[in-house]
Amino acid sequence: MTATATRPAGSSAPTPEPAPPAKRPRRNLTGYWLLLPGALWLAVFFVVPFYSLLATSLYDPGGSVLEGYDMSWAFGNYVTAIQEYWRPLVRSLWYGAVATAICLVLGYVLAYAIAFKAGRWKNLMLILVIAPFFTSFLVRTLSWKLLLRDDGFVVDTLQFLHVLGADGRLLATPVAVIAGLVYNFLPFMVLPLYASIDKIDPRLVEAAGDLYARPFVGFFKVTWPLSLPGVVSGTLLTFIPAVGDYINAQLLGSPGQRMIGNVIQNLFTDAGDYPVAGALSVMLMLLILVLVLVYVRRAGTEELL
Amino acid sequence: MNGPLQRLGRWVGSHLVLAGGLLVLLYMFVPIFVVVLMSFNDPDSRLIYRFDGFTLKNWANPCAADGMCGALSRSIQIGLLATVVATLLGTLMAFALVRHRFHGRSAANLGIFLPMASPEIVMGSSLLALFVAAGFGGRLGFWTILIAHIMFCLSFVVVTVRARLAGLDDNLEQAAMDLYATEVQTFRRVTLPLVFPGILGAALLSFSLSFDDFIITNLNAGNTTTFPMYVWGVAQRGVPMQVNVVGTVMFLVSVVIVVAVEVRRRRQERVLAG
Repeated sequence: MTATATRPAGSSAPTPEPAPPAKRPRRNLTGYWLLLPGALWLAVFFVVPFYSLLATSLYDPGGSVLEGYDMSWAFGNYVTAIQEYWRPLVRSLWYGAVATAICLVLGYVLAYAIAFKAGRWKNLMLILVIAPFFTSFLVRTLSWKLLLRDDGFVVDTLQFLHVLGADGRLLATPVAVIAGLVYNFLPFMVLPLYASIDKIDPRLVEAAGDLYARPFVGFFKVTWPLSLPGVVSGTLLTFIPAVGDYINAQLLGSPGQRMIGNVIQNLFTDAGDYPVAGALSVMLMLLILVLVLVYVRRAGTEELL
Repeated sequence: MNGPLQRLGRWVGSHLVLAGGLLVLLYMFVPIFVVVLMSFNDPDSRLIYRFDGFTLKNWANPCAADGMCGALSRSIQIGLLATVVATLLGTLMAFALVRHRFHGRSAANLGIFLPMASPEIVMGSSLLALFVAAGFGGRLGFWTILIAHIMFCLSFVVVTVRARLAGLDDNLEQAAMDLYATEVQTFRRVTLPLVFPGILGAALLSFSLSFDDFIITNLNAGNTTTFPMYVWGVAQRGVPMQVNVVGTVMFLVSVVIVVAVEVRRRRQERVLAG
């Protein structure tokens, strides 16, 4: 005997329910009304700006911010952008990829430890993963500048161990910039990985052990494939912001480590060269889109194999 | 196959993973230790960033740093306003997506996902292009920053509240309705309290995203300075140690909030478990 049965049979039909069960949501206009304000905001301030950006990238390069630009379908802006700035563009993709790979290794160890080894400390460890990131991104990056400075502890130790030469340094090198990127985007890797690994039934891994798979084999045949959704979303959430970042390159690097974000920001706010900056922005977006699509495709097929 | 050697290997293996995980966690905290330490630093020179001596004066006069407190209060204002608007609009959207079926739902889901998957530099420059094209190029400042912040916080709110709503047991709402609660009563007394932790989490996330944003803000700020922009500026000319005081306070406040939420959740779980 269910509670529903006590209700008069006809009464539920005419009175609309405010919160119908997720299994059979209502089909009427209320959904649209609830969605409308937020959707409008996103349309006007997220979608429309892409058209403005696209238009900006095709403005006549002869104009300036003060005098205004003419629309002249100047596809030459893209040629200029590639000729002048292909190095920072390639460098950004490269730094982003390396940082993502390191994040994957570190993040996997941490996520695995939280999901399978932390026991009752699981929630505490998850809080600890997020906690450092409530402190300002820039203040934390400045701390790395202090830690990695030329006569600092880290550099002295590495020099003592002969990892670095006597006048070797970390600041103003790709190592510092990539280390900064790894540090700043690690939680974006850990959280999706954790969500995926935590869902894995530990009995599956045990079963592999019972069937005489060594732990190593068991990991690559069972745990890794099952955690792939987390790996894919974690790597994307790390790679995309890392490629576009320029704070680490600016604070920890030198002009030799300039990333595409530095260039775009510079062209917009200091040089005032909107068309080329726009062209670079559009290219960055398209490059990332293509890479992501190819990657998701490949990861998807791997999962099926 | 299950000899003592293998067992020993597995024991070491399992603890190696835990030890590795703790090391990674420690690595994530290293800069925090530096921030806390440097908040007590008495620097010899503004240009050399290192620990020279202990002092409490940074904590006693946090506003002694030129222009920092102005930037800080502006960041807090923008953060609060952006949080209120984004949380409101985002929560409505989450309800629409979970509780209502309509045409274009998957398109809406995609539209909400995209801002989280776009590089900030691209979103920031697009918005700037829009503002300039619309003739607001000379009036960049507080309001353009606020518009941008609401935009990028929205998706995170939707995702957070949606997750909470989707995991909700609708039998409780059914029960309220069966006990002759009206639509409004059910929403206020049952649905809202159950979803509230999700909304609160979304609001906290919004505030910290807004408060900490630099890349999008910097492109759309004109001459207005927020706290991250202030830090960016002083990073080139010499960092006042009060910046680390703010960093430490931010860390402490957020840890207290997160721990309080967790303690409350545990207590509730214990009550529910009897």
